[in-house]
Amino acid sequence: MSYQDKDLETFEKNTPHGSDPFVAGGNTDVAPGLVSTTSLSAGEQKPPVRKSILNGLFSKGSKVYPLRLLKDKIMSKLMLVFTVASVLILVFIGVGLYLHSVPILQKLTWVQLLTSSVWKPLKGLFGFYPFIMGTLWVTGISIIIALPLCILTALYITEYAPLRVKRILSPFVNLLSGIPPVIFGVWGVLFIIPLIQDHIAPHFVEFSTGYSVLAGGIVLAVMIFPLIVSIISEVFRTIPQDLRDASLSLGATKWETIKKVVLRKALPGIIAALVLAISRAFGETIAVLMVCGNNAAVPHSVFDPGYPLPALIANNYGDMMSIPLYDSALMFAAFLLFIIILLFNIISRVILARLERKMAA
Amino acid sequence: MRKRKYEELFFRALMVLATIAVAGSFFLIVGTIFYKGAPYMNLDMITKTPGGGFYIGKEGGILNAIIGSMYIAGGATILGLLISIPVAIYINMYLDGKTFLANILRMTFDVLFGIPSIVYGAFGFLIMVYFGLRASLLGGIIAVTLLVIPILVRTLDEVIRTVPLELRDAALSLGSTRWEMAKVVLRQIRPGIITAILLSFGRAIGDVASVLFTAGFSDNIPTSLHEPAATLPLAIFFQLSSPVEEVQGRGYASALVLTIVVLIITVLSEVFIKKFFKHKI
Repeated sequence: MSYQDKDLETFEKNTPHGSDPFVAGGNTDVAPGLVSTTSLSAGEQKPPVRKSILNGLFSKGSKVYPLRLLKDKIMSKLMLVFTVASVLILVFIGVGLYLHSVPILQKLTWVQLLTSSVWKPLKGLFGFYPFIMGTLWVTGISIIIALPLCILTALYITEYAPLRVKRILSPFVNLLSGIPPVIFGVWGVLFIIPLIQDHIAPHFVEFSTGYSVLAGGIVLAVMIFPLIVSIISEVFRTIPQDLRDASLSLGATKWETIKKVVLRKALPGIIAALVLAISRAFGETIAVLMVCGNNAAVPHSVFDPGYPLPALIANNYGDMMSIPLYDSALMFAAFLLFIIILLFNIISRVILARLERKMAA
Repeated sequence: MRKRKYEELFFRALMVLATIAVAGSFFLIVGTIFYKGAPYMNLDMITKTPGGGFYIGKEGGILNAIIGSMYIAGGATILGLLISIPVAIYINMYLDGKTFLANILRMTFDVLFGIPSIVYGAFGFLIMVYFGLRASLLGGIIAVTLLVIPILVRTLDEVIRTVPLELRDAALSLGSTRWEMAKVVLRQIRPGIITAILLSFGRAIGDVASVLFTAGFSDNIPTSLHEPAATLPLAIFFQLSSPVEEVQGRGYASALVLTIVVLIITVLSEVFIKKFFKHKI
C-alpha cells in the first residue's frame, strides 16, 4: 500500500461523515471502508479490511459509496417513491370509486342511471337526473354571475388600477379565497336566503322560501370569485405591453385596446379559467347543501329548490350502509363527479400550460 | 368621437363597480358573520365542551370541535408536509424542474388540487372500509392529508422555483450532492414553508366534506386516534340545522370563531409570503 492510500484512510476518519469528497464514487481499487475500523500504522502493508456487514451492503461489487453519496441515493429513491405514491392517489381514487360503483352498474345501465328521475333507494331505484340537473343549474347560475364580474375586476386590477389600489385590492382576493365553504354557507343562510325570499322572489313568483338554486348560484359565484380573478389577471399580465402600446399609438382608447387586443389575446386563458371555475363549482358541497333546499326534483326556474350531486352524497352518508346498493349509488355519484372534474381540470390545465409555454418562448 | 369617450367612461365605471362588488363581498360575508355571531359569543363557547342538553339550548361550548379541528388540521398538515417536501424537492432538483416529466407531475398536482373535498371524503371512507376502521380522528387525518398534499406540493414548488439557480449551482460546484443542495435550498425557503403550512392548515381546518364521512362527531375531546372527533365546520353545520334559536345562535358564534381563526391564518400567510419575497436574493 502506497503512502497516498494511507493518507486517504486517515482523511477518511477525520471527515465528519467518514467520507472523502475527493474520491466520491471514484477510487475503487483502494476501497477505504465506510465504517472500517482498521487502523494502519505507518508502513504497514495491510489492505483495509471490510469488517462491517454494512460495508458489504453499501458497496456495489468493488465500488464503495461514501456515506453522503449513499444518502443522496437513498433520499432520491425515497422521494421518487413519495412522488409516485402521491401521483397515484389520482389513479387510486378513480379505481376505488369505480370498483365500489360496480354493483349498481351491474343492476342498472349508465343510461338508466343518468336519465331516470326516480330516486327511491328503498325500492332500488336510483335516477340521478334531478341531481345532475340541480348541479348544472347551480353551476350555470354561478358562472353567469361570476364570469363577467371577474373579467371586469381583473381588467380593472391589471389595466386601470394605480399601484396603490392594486396593493390594497389583491390581499382581499386572497382573504376571500381563504374563507372556508361552511362560512359561505352560513352567510348564504343569513344574508342571501332572506334577500331572495323578501326582496327578489316576490317580484317574479308567488312564493319562495328562498332556499333555491339561485341562492346556491349566488353563494357559489362568490366562492369562485378569487379563483377566476387570480387566473384571469395572471393571463392578462402575460400579454405583452407592446401589443397594447401599438393599439394605443394608433389612437384607440384604452377600452378599445382592451376589447380588441387584450380580451382577444386572453381568450384561451379566459376559457381555461372558466372551465376550472365550472369544475370548482361542480364539486362544492357544504355551501350549496345549506342553501339549495335539497329537493330531489328537476328545477324549472331559478327560484325552485335543487339538489346538487355533492349535496346528495354529503346528506346521505348516514344511512348509506343500511340500504342495499345505496352506498354503491353514492359512490357512483362520487365517481361521476370525479370523472367530470378530472376531465375539466385536465382541459384547463393543458390550455394554461400551453399559454405559459408560449409566453416563455 | 364623443361616443368613444362615453364608451370608455361607461366601461371604466362598470369595472370599478365590479371590483367593488368582488372586494365588497368579502366585507359583506365577514360583516354578516360578525353581526349575527357576536351577540352569542361568550367565553363558555370556546372553553367548555357541550354539556347535557347543549343541543336544545343549554350550557356548554364547542371546545370539543375546536380541539378536534386543531388535531385533524395539525395532524394532516404535518403528515402532508412529510410527504410533500420530498415530492417538491424531487420535482425541482432530481428532475431538474423543467423537464417534460416535471411539468406533467406539476399538472397532476394541479388536477389533484381541483378534485373536490367530497371526493376525497368518499375516497377516505373507502380506505377506512378497506382497512376496517371506524369513523375516527385517524380517518379524518388520512382524508384531510390527501386533501392538503396538492396544496403543499404546489406552494412549495412555487417557492422553490424562486430560489435562484446560481445558489444551487454554487452548492453543486462545491461538490455537494443533490440532497445536500436540497438542504441548502430548504433553508433558503423557510418562510415559504411556513406559508405552505399556514395555507394547508387554513384549508384543512375549514373543510367539511372530507371529514364528514371519516372523522365522525363526538361531544368529547378525543384522547386517542381511534376515537371519533368533532370538527368546527361540522359543529357549525349541525347547530345551524337545529330548530332551536339559541342553538342556531351558537352556530353563528361558532362560525365567527372559525372565521377569526381562518382570517388570522390567512393574514399570517400573507405576511410570511411578503417577507419571503423581501429577503429573496
